[in-house]
Amino acid sequence: MFEVDIFSYGFIQRALFSGLIIAITCTVIGLFLVLKRQSLFGDAISHMAFGGIAIGTFLNIYPVWTAMGFSIVTALAIAKMRQSTKLPSDSMVAIMLSLGLGVGVTLVSLSNGFSVDLFSFLFGSILLVSVQDLYPIIIVAIIVVSMIIVYYKKFLYIAFDEEQAKISGIDVEKLNYLFTILVAITIIVSMKLVGILLISSLIVIPNVTALLFNQGFKKTLLISLSLSTFSVFAGVILSYYYNLAPSGIIVLLSASGFILAYVLKTSILK
Amino acid sequence: MPLVSVQSVSYKYNSESVLENVSFDIEEGDFLGIIGPNGAGKTTLFHCMLGLLNSYSGRITILNQDIKKYKKIFKKIGYIPQKKSIDQKFPLTVEELVSLSLPRNTSKNIVLEILKQVRLFTMKDKIIGQLSGGQQQRVLIAKALVNNPIILILDEPTNELDPKSQNDFYSLLKELNEKNKITIIWSSHDMDAVNKYANKVSCINKRMFFHGDKGEFFSSEDNIKNYSESTMQIHMHSHDL
Repeated sequence: MFEVDIFSYGFIQRALFSGLIIAITCTVIGLFLVLKRQSLFGDAISHMAFGGIAIGTFLNIYPVWTAMGFSIVTALAIAKMRQSTKLPSDSMVAIMLSLGLGVGVTLVSLSNGFSVDLFSFLFGSILLVSVQDLYPIIIVAIIVVSMIIVYYKKFLYIAFDEEQAKISGIDVEKLNYLFTILVAITIIVSMKLVGILLISSLIVIPNVTALLFNQGFKKTLLISLSLSTFSVFAGVILSYYYNLAPSGIIVLLSASGFILAYVLKTSILK
Repeated sequence: MPLVSVQSVSYKYNSESVLENVSFDIEEGDFLGIIGPNGAGKTTLFHCMLGLLNSYSGRITILNQDIKKYKKIFKKIGYIPQKKSIDQKFPLTVEELVSLSLPRNTSKNIVLEILKQVRLFTMKDKIIGQLSGGQQQRVLIAKALVNNPIILILDEPTNELDPKSQNDFYSLLKELNEKNKITIIWSSHDMDAVNKYANKVSCINKRMFFHGDKGEFFSSEDNIKNYSESTMQIHMHSHDL
């Protein structure tokens, strides 16, 4: 059914390459988010990014930069506020979601509606990734993955028990800020591929699916990486053959994996 | 020179007094049981000693160093919080969890040796949530031991354990105290356990009512009566609220 030379198309090669890099980066960062019970934090940052893109479009500045600046600054400010006020995380996430959308919608209305570019940021356009688009993706992936490799034990300790991590001499506050920045830059470079509205699925669904198998950290991460890379790979191929929105099919495959794992877990493997 | 010296420590939370002028010394090798009713300030006292709370008045020294200035000392303290703080669904094997505390460039064999000592070697590949309450507490002790601590602080560690697990747990603490020369400080409501295992007792209810040898505490009917009354007062006060 599949033509062999689909892989000889440049746009497919770029889509698969960038998609797999993003899948790995989002999954790695996402596992810590899920374990910290901050699954919706990715959603919040992506909505802030929408506000940032709208600012860039409005001011005629390359929107990725404004999205990055706006997301990082507001995410750090909210992390600081959460720490100092001890307000619940979900409330702060709700504020971020609303603020990002509020800024975005207001500026979009000022610039007479949605442009094509803004639309592609919302829903992603992985098949339209250019060679230039690959550079920031590769750079961010290298930064995020190497930071996680260096600090993985500390991030894991903080996710397991922040109080004990603090006692053991880990600078929890600084590492939390670093982690927030890593989440923000991961989402910013990923949003053009899978879209602001769907990015969170790549961060959350494979990890929650992997958690169903009740394994240790390394095995959980491995299961999660397998699921996310498979969803992206199969999603890109299927979207080409059936003319479907790739980001939508990636999410559907990922969610199907979760349902399948849930059924396996509750009926066969129990 | 005492190992730990708590000097006139007071702490207020939202203008309500939690600790009032608490002073006592802990000697190296002590097995100190801290008793007091719920809300007496035991956990707050531990949090001050562990550097988690810094806005107290007074002074706490460990090895004659003020803990507010000498933060590195906390690496030499193992802390076992109340059991409720363990996330049962967290994806960590026993070995992975104990390794979290392992300093960089340290052999992994240390983790395996410690797991043998706490009698959990055969469980090293199990997920933390699959263990019983007593086994989970021993895993936390193993995690603390990786850093070769001089002090272990345990906050009501046996609250949810059955009697056999409690005995196993206290036997392990006794072994660590006697063989590894680790000073043990633990809070408890279990007067029998304190009487059986501790060598010293502190009785606290915002203020320090008693600090001294176990024998002295349990031989005095006044001490027992004071402790019981303070427990009753807190109990009645909570009903008034």
